[in-house]
Amino acid sequence: MAHSPYDEIETVPPAEVAEEELYHPHSFITRWVFCQDAKVIAIQYAITAMAIGLFALVLSWLMRLQLGFPEQFAFIDPPDYLQLITMHGMIMVIYFLTALLLGGFGNYLIPLMLGARDMVFPYINMLSFWFFFLAVLVLMASMFVPGGATGAGWTLYPPQSILAGTPGSEGGIILMLVSLILFIAGITMGGLNYVVTVLQGRARGMTLMRMPLTIWGIFVASILALFAFPALFVAGVMLLFDMLLGTSFFMPSLVSFGQQMDYDGGSPLLFQHLFWFFGHPEVYIVALPAFGIVSELISVHARKNIFGFRMMVWAIVAIGVLSFVVWAHHMYVSGMNPVFGYFFATTTLIIAIPTAIKVYNWVLTLWRGDIHFTVPMLFAIGFIVTFLNGGISGLFLGNVAVAVPLSDTMFVVAHFHMVMGLAPVLVIFGAIYHWYPLITGRMLDDTIGKTHFWITFLGGYAIFLPLHYLGLMGVPRRYFELQVAQMEFIPQSVETLNAFVTVTALVVGAAQFLFFFNLAWSYFKGKPAGQNPWGATTLEWQTPEVPPSHGNWGSERPVVYRWAYDYSVPGVEQDFIPQNLPPDRLAGDMGRDSPEGRGA
Amino acid sequence: MAEHQVTRDETAAAATTGLRGVAADWASDQRTFKDVSWGKAMMWIFLVSDTFIFGIFLLSYMTARISTTEPWPDTGEIFALTFFGQEIPMILIAIMTFVLISSSGTMAMAVNYGYRRDRAKTALLLLITALFGAAFVGMQAFEWAKLIEDGVRPWGNPFGAAQFGSSFFMITGFHGAHVSIGVLFLLIIARKVWRGDFDHGRPGFFTSKKGKYETVEILGLYWHFVDLVWVFIFAFFYLL
Repeated sequence: MAHSPYDEIETVPPAEVAEEELYHPHSFITRWVFCQDAKVIAIQYAITAMAIGLFALVLSWLMRLQLGFPEQFAFIDPPDYLQLITMHGMIMVIYFLTALLLGGFGNYLIPLMLGARDMVFPYINMLSFWFFFLAVLVLMASMFVPGGATGAGWTLYPPQSILAGTPGSEGGIILMLVSLILFIAGITMGGLNYVVTVLQGRARGMTLMRMPLTIWGIFVASILALFAFPALFVAGVMLLFDMLLGTSFFMPSLVSFGQQMDYDGGSPLLFQHLFWFFGHPEVYIVALPAFGIVSELISVHARKNIFGFRMMVWAIVAIGVLSFVVWAHHMYVSGMNPVFGYFFATTTLIIAIPTAIKVYNWVLTLWRGDIHFTVPMLFAIGFIVTFLNGGISGLFLGNVAVAVPLSDTMFVVAHFHMVMGLAPVLVIFGAIYHWYPLITGRMLDDTIGKTHFWITFLGGYAIFLPLHYLGLMGVPRRYFELQVAQMEFIPQSVETLNAFVTVTALVVGAAQFLFFFNLAWSYFKGKPAGQNPWGATTLEWQTPEVPPSHGNWGSERPVVYRWAYDYSVPGVEQDFIPQNLPPDRLAGDMGRDSPEGRGA
Repeated sequence: MAEHQVTRDETAAAATTGLRGVAADWASDQRTFKDVSWGKAMMWIFLVSDTFIFGIFLLSYMTARISTTEPWPDTGEIFALTFFGQEIPMILIAIMTFVLISSSGTMAMAVNYGYRRDRAKTALLLLITALFGAAFVGMQAFEWAKLIEDGVRPWGNPFGAAQFGSSFFMITGFHGAHVSIGVLFLLIIARKVWRGDFDHGRPGFFTSKKGKYETVEILGLYWHFVDLVWVFIFAFFYLL
């Protein structure tokens, strides 16, 4: 029998850590509101994030209405438009995607997939959610202060973000920064929990190399969050001081509305460096959990072990490390030393290597697999295609010579909506269709699910592919209105295309209510799922009760005997072997001593 | 978590050496860092994250110092005090640094007596550490007051670049907040030690986890970190 780290173990090692002392709730409040159970916290995170994500979706409709049919909607004026793009961007990237993938999926899956009873610090975990919730409230409040929410763009670049003339410079920007600082406090508490649980709280037999890729993705993303958010924190604090105390960290000497300001000697470029030192890892904070989850979905629904498991793990780690040395590729037009551009273009292209390894491995996992076109599988395949698309336009933008003319055009918008908008959202949908039966004990409706998938997938392409074209035509981003008559390089047809994109966006956005209807309807009327409806090997499906109760494992924590991807093993009756099934209870003719034992 | 006996397969550990061995050790069963409790692991990782915050604060200060067009004030002159008609540069900072580093010594002793289950001495040493910390914060407040009296403000000062005041108040303020929080926790833990919480494993008020003497050591990690950060602030802000 060949020895690889995910081979079966011969003997079960003794437990190194005593049982966790859990807090047992006594009342409705401690059970459902100020709850310390990671599963309930996960649901709280997910519902809050999805609610605010839905709000940001509506904001994008308003933007599209303005872009598609200029001058038709009098209630949107230019400051409104700037506020819409700012809030849409900020909410989607931070309060929706980061919170849902780390706070939602992280909380639910880490303890369950590792065979732990809960996170290592349930109390801090609870605080993490309430900080997030507070951050959301402050963010919402920023829309109701005089002047409204900030319209500085989601990057909040000074000097303009805090100067008069930018919408929200009266109070909106202050609340935005306060909200971000609260969010960072929350995500730090959560991230510490996730990282320590993965490092120190695993079940017996669960070595790191037996961890499912989902957990690998969330784990590395949490580490990135702990090291990247400090940069945003510091930038936020200093911007707040520039705004409130009149310091000049980021503010150079400048004239605003004909008046010499008191600022002197600050560096706007410093803010951009700090922001993107956070901002680029942030892309991978969202992408890595998505990578992990998609590996899981593909392997389970193609009934095949993941291709190149070790490579997948090392690719996640490599992407995590590299993501800290590529940030200035967002700043090619900011006036950096050209040598920097050379360096950052090189690192950016290098990061394509581990990413390509992942894409190849997903495709090779599908290759000759027993593919079930279930809803999660459809979303997973949709993700691979979309991610590949967005990734390739990323290679365009990673090169200085190509990026400079494309900067601040719709091409950039198209690129990041493909790679960071549509792609992770497809994974999130797939993951919810996959794990909903575990969370509620009922299946989501298949027909609604498939309809939802096709509308979202094809519709997403109908929205974002034309934007590439618009960008290549030179249509700028963040403009309230294109004055085509004065922009000779832009053909008239651009307006038609914009109207098409708007109509599609409205339809696709509205179709998402199918999904929410499905969530609500299936909760009461869905088909009972039973134990392990997908036939998955990972631990979260092997709990004594479905949905799992507080403490997850009943009287005894599981023991892990093998890696997470034993699907369609030759000579075994069932086409999957749960991670916690002892080798002597394997049914089939593949005894432990048989010469043609697996694991070659 | 009780201190469980860790069993390691000695032959397996010997089989893999070099980088592979490191990877195999880190990926090993149940825990990556053997003999490290959850609380201690969390504090270490938090401190790394906090290092990023302080590091970025200091880097930003350096950038501001380079990018500003005004000359940087002479810190030796600004941070001088006059004793008996003699102007001594950096004297207050020297005393502050001495006090804070001494407090690290008393903290280390508190940790030691904690593991010896010496309730009285542990509590006393924690209190002395808290006293040193409070003295540090007090002297810092005095320094702030003096600088403000001399006309230094976050938005400008009479001695040169405005960024001097901005960076000074921001960085020492952020560090001072860390020390103050540390003092608060030193007092809380000192009370717990004195009351015998860690001898009887009394559950925490918020977390309901059993108290144990390791908490003193974890607090110590934080305290030493705050000291270490001060050394860097001292070197980069005051000396340069």
